[in-house]
Amino acid sequence: MKQGIYTIGHNRPLTADVWEMTLLGDTTPITAPGQFINIKLEGLFLRRPISVCDWDGEKLTIIYKVVGRGTAQMSRMAPGEKLDVLAGLGNGFDVQKCGEHTLVIGGGVGVPPLYGLAKALLAAGKKVTAVLGFNTAGEIFYENEFKALGVDTVVTTVDGSYGVKGFVTHGLPERYDYYCACGPLPMLKAVYNAAPTSGLLSFEERMGCGFGACMGCSCETKYGNKRICVDGPVLEKEEIIW
Amino acid sequence: MVDTKVTLSGIVLDNPVIPASGTFGYGKEFAALYDINCLGTFSFKGTTREARFGNPTPRIAECNAGMINAVGLQNPGVEAVIARELPVMKEFFHKPVMANVSGFSVEDYAYTCALLDKEEQVGWLEVNISCPNVHNGGMSFGVDPRAAAEVTAAVKAVTTKPVYMKLSPNVTDIVSIARACEEAGADGISLINTLLGMRIDLRTKKPVIANKMGGFSGSAILPVALRMVYQVYEAVQIPVIGMGGVSSAEDVIEMMLAGATAVEVGAANLVNPYACRDIIADLPRVMEQYRINNLTEIIGGAHHG
Repeated sequence: MKQGIYTIGHNRPLTADVWEMTLLGDTTPITAPGQFINIKLEGLFLRRPISVCDWDGEKLTIIYKVVGRGTAQMSRMAPGEKLDVLAGLGNGFDVQKCGEHTLVIGGGVGVPPLYGLAKALLAAGKKVTAVLGFNTAGEIFYENEFKALGVDTVVTTVDGSYGVKGFVTHGLPERYDYYCACGPLPMLKAVYNAAPTSGLLSFEERMGCGFGACMGCSCETKYGNKRICVDGPVLEKEEIIW
Repeated sequence: MVDTKVTLSGIVLDNPVIPASGTFGYGKEFAALYDINCLGTFSFKGTTREARFGNPTPRIAECNAGMINAVGLQNPGVEAVIARELPVMKEFFHKPVMANVSGFSVEDYAYTCALLDKEEQVGWLEVNISCPNVHNGGMSFGVDPRAAAEVTAAVKAVTTKPVYMKLSPNVTDIVSIARACEEAGADGISLINTLLGMRIDLRTKKPVIANKMGGFSGSAILPVALRMVYQVYEAVQIPVIGMGGVSSAEDVIEMMLAGATAVEVGAANLVNPYACRDIIADLPRVMEQYRINNLTEIIGGAHHG
């Protein structure tokens, strides 16, 4: 983890309430896809944790949904403005653990970290299939970005307005040997029950600090108590207690 | 050259800044970021007789100028702290540490304190009789002068280390609790713990915190903490450690003027992991700005003249 001041590159809406922001600055603290950053916002006490979608030598990309004061404030920020960020938080997905054909399964704003993961898996020579779930056609984002990586991409919508009608579990392909999932808790649970292979699941919890000090986001696992912020957010399927 | 040293029950601190229990773990997350030997000391994670997971999540909520936590004293239990955490801590922290202890019965407190009393690294015991998070828990001791005195006496009987009783602000008369602790033999008073509070989510129309209520901390509570430190300083002869909403060198000085010998920094560590290091670095500048040469000389300064 490292604290740094980042400059907003761009900040643009992808859908009615989902935004993509790039932050220019030191990206060396980020060591794995699925890690997150914790952003200090003017007038708010606690930082806001947001997963990293993608990063390179100069900038990192985050995608966030406007759900409250913090994210609403972020959506009003302009390129050139500065943000105080703790970067490189959490364990992220371990690409080495993934299979030769890994399924990445994302729901809503759980999709972004899987984009960086898909790139890392491809770079490691693995085959990737993506299943991206949304409520309705108007909420879909990043389908084309996944396809541009050369990833077979299945989109599901709950109302059937685009792609496969139903949940991500309705879009699972027949063959794969591992999966990585990120999304709302009911989705993670459904994937856990539906997918026969081993996998990694990324969890969300209300956090205080984001770096392991306050014990605010703890959960019980078969491997003992874990803090979602430092021992997670990614947990192995085998350790999860629902 | 300004003098930031203060003395807490015979142990000299390089400066009065102490990360508060529950915001600093057992130190290692912060030791990875900076050399925490710059601290006066730190108060480690509230430790109980048995291991605890604490309350169900969510147990954190945002507030204006603060936060609510209902962690509920998650810790590995005193035996594990002594066997695993203290030896690791010794590698990166070379000053006496403050051991924060909680319990659910007088016997729990005595048991845990007796074990920590044997640990050379422990300089002081800070006994939390105020945590508002635990059903049947610390709350009941901290709101009743007799119960507070009973815990104090039980702990004093099993240790030769200085005992600081950490008080709850969720009482009608803080002074009577502080006096009861002093009369029962306490070596000092720590205050304040968090204020009992809650938030409700407008979307779900239910409390944000799974436990419904939790402890409110952060800059918003500084005036309440200052007032209580001021009142307790006037009422007791023993030293007071002040805490509650402190996030700057100015806040540290204000707390000392109210009567604090040392000052704990809590929620600020969670927002800025370097908060204590930054406050310590800033202290000499702020002292010079207000023509303070020696911090010890300003303790309780707001009461005189």
